[in-house]
Amino acid sequence: MSVEHDLLVAISKTFGLFFLIALSIAVLIYTFWPSNKERFDRAAQSILRDDDRPMPVDHQPDRDSYTGYLTTGHEWNGIKELNTPVPRVVYFFLTLAFLFSVGYWILMPAWPLGVTYTKGLLGNDQRRIVAASLRDAAGARSSWTKKIETESYATIQSDRGLMEIVRETGHTMFDNNCAVCHGLDAKGGPGFPNLTTSSWLWGGKPEDIFNTIRVGINSAHKDTHVSQMPAFGRDQMLPRADVLKVVAFVYSLSNPGAKDLDPNAEAGRKIFAANCVACHGEDARGNPEVGAPNLTDKLWIYGGDLESIDTTVWGGRQGHMPTWENRLSDLDRKILTLYVLDKRTATP
Amino acid sequence: MLWGSKRTGPDLARIGEKYSDQWHVAHLNNPRDVVPVSVMPAYGWLLTTELRTDDLPLHLKAQRAVGVPYTDDMIANAALDAYGQTNPDSPQAEGVTKRYGKATTVRAFDGQPNRLTEMDALVAYLQILGRLTDAAYTPIAEAGANK
Repeated sequence: MSVEHDLLVAISKTFGLFFLIALSIAVLIYTFWPSNKERFDRAAQSILRDDDRPMPVDHQPDRDSYTGYLTTGHEWNGIKELNTPVPRVVYFFLTLAFLFSVGYWILMPAWPLGVTYTKGLLGNDQRRIVAASLRDAAGARSSWTKKIETESYATIQSDRGLMEIVRETGHTMFDNNCAVCHGLDAKGGPGFPNLTTSSWLWGGKPEDIFNTIRVGINSAHKDTHVSQMPAFGRDQMLPRADVLKVVAFVYSLSNPGAKDLDPNAEAGRKIFAANCVACHGEDARGNPEVGAPNLTDKLWIYGGDLESIDTTVWGGRQGHMPTWENRLSDLDRKILTLYVLDKRTATP
Repeated sequence: MLWGSKRTGPDLARIGEKYSDQWHVAHLNNPRDVVPVSVMPAYGWLLTTELRTDDLPLHLKAQRAVGVPYTDDMIANAALDAYGQTNPDSPQAEGVTKRYGKATTVRAFDGQPNRLTEMDALVAYLQILGRLTDAAYTPIAEAGANK
């Protein structure tokens, strides 16, 4: 932890302040405790007592002629020490600190009393202060939260001022909730879709995106999007040779040149038609009703090389996105929808 | 200000069901795969190390001694339930639902239904953090106003 100005100020204002107050009170009480009087008096006078050092028989208390104070009686190479009283200013500030602490106990929450504590006359309560400042913040935000809640997506998107706010607020929310999977730049990663493209598993209209954020994919929500690609190889729905053929065919969809090199590709078309079109469609362009991805573009969630496609066909895929209905409010999810739409760039 | 408030890792108090199982597995296996700037060490062995279950009944018994309401049935079947909870299609999975209720998550947490690994146990634990209380869903302003 780096020691910075704010930290030191915070320490001195909290721990340091109370430590000094407590210390001064303890010293005052100890000093004036009746049973200590005799001991302290003896200690104060001890250096004046004759019997703890060799002294001239005719010794008298020695008064300094210049200041008028008594000396302690000791003499070191001709230097004597004045026996001056404690300066009054010290007593003054000790008393002041004590009075301050008494006032503080009366006005502010101070002493713990088992399950409760002394509340103080000012009624100062951190939790109420937080609640009040949250109300204030909600009030200050209401000028634009109302607009975002009620206006249509198109209206908000054409409002430059509102979109500025969406970008700022959405950025924080996206970082906090979405970025671990979809990446800080929303470009996704292996297993997690890129959100900046025009390719959407469950539909790219604002309402679709809003709904996907609400229910999630294969999530615990009762209305969740459900999408399971079967494990064609592992569950022995297709023999190994057919898996290889259909993989070659799927690969050729986005790499047209590959068909000429691999004889398997054309052979895979029939297998694709028999097994895959139900979800991915006759033209392999996917189906947002069942969350089946478009296989003809260059965008791949789990990788578009032959090996990755083979892993997918052999072992199946069941992506998972949590439901955000309980974690984020309608407003938050609408802002995130707008934010994600704003990130979208036209990509083939 | 809190003493000892230095945080290297983020607060996990309410991480349950916030991210998917696959994400947790990928993240524990190698954090850099999903969070490029992460400084967390990789826990690659979790996915390959079988979970030790022979002493589970003893752990449950100890928990019961300090007040967790495990039944005799739960303690006797602890090892089977641990397997069943991570293998939804196995006959043991029914026992988990029967003994622990429908709200208990039964999933192949590590993506390998037929194996019970340390990854299963850790992801299952991460996915329940903060899920046993609704505190996360009560806004602070409301909580303060009610006092």
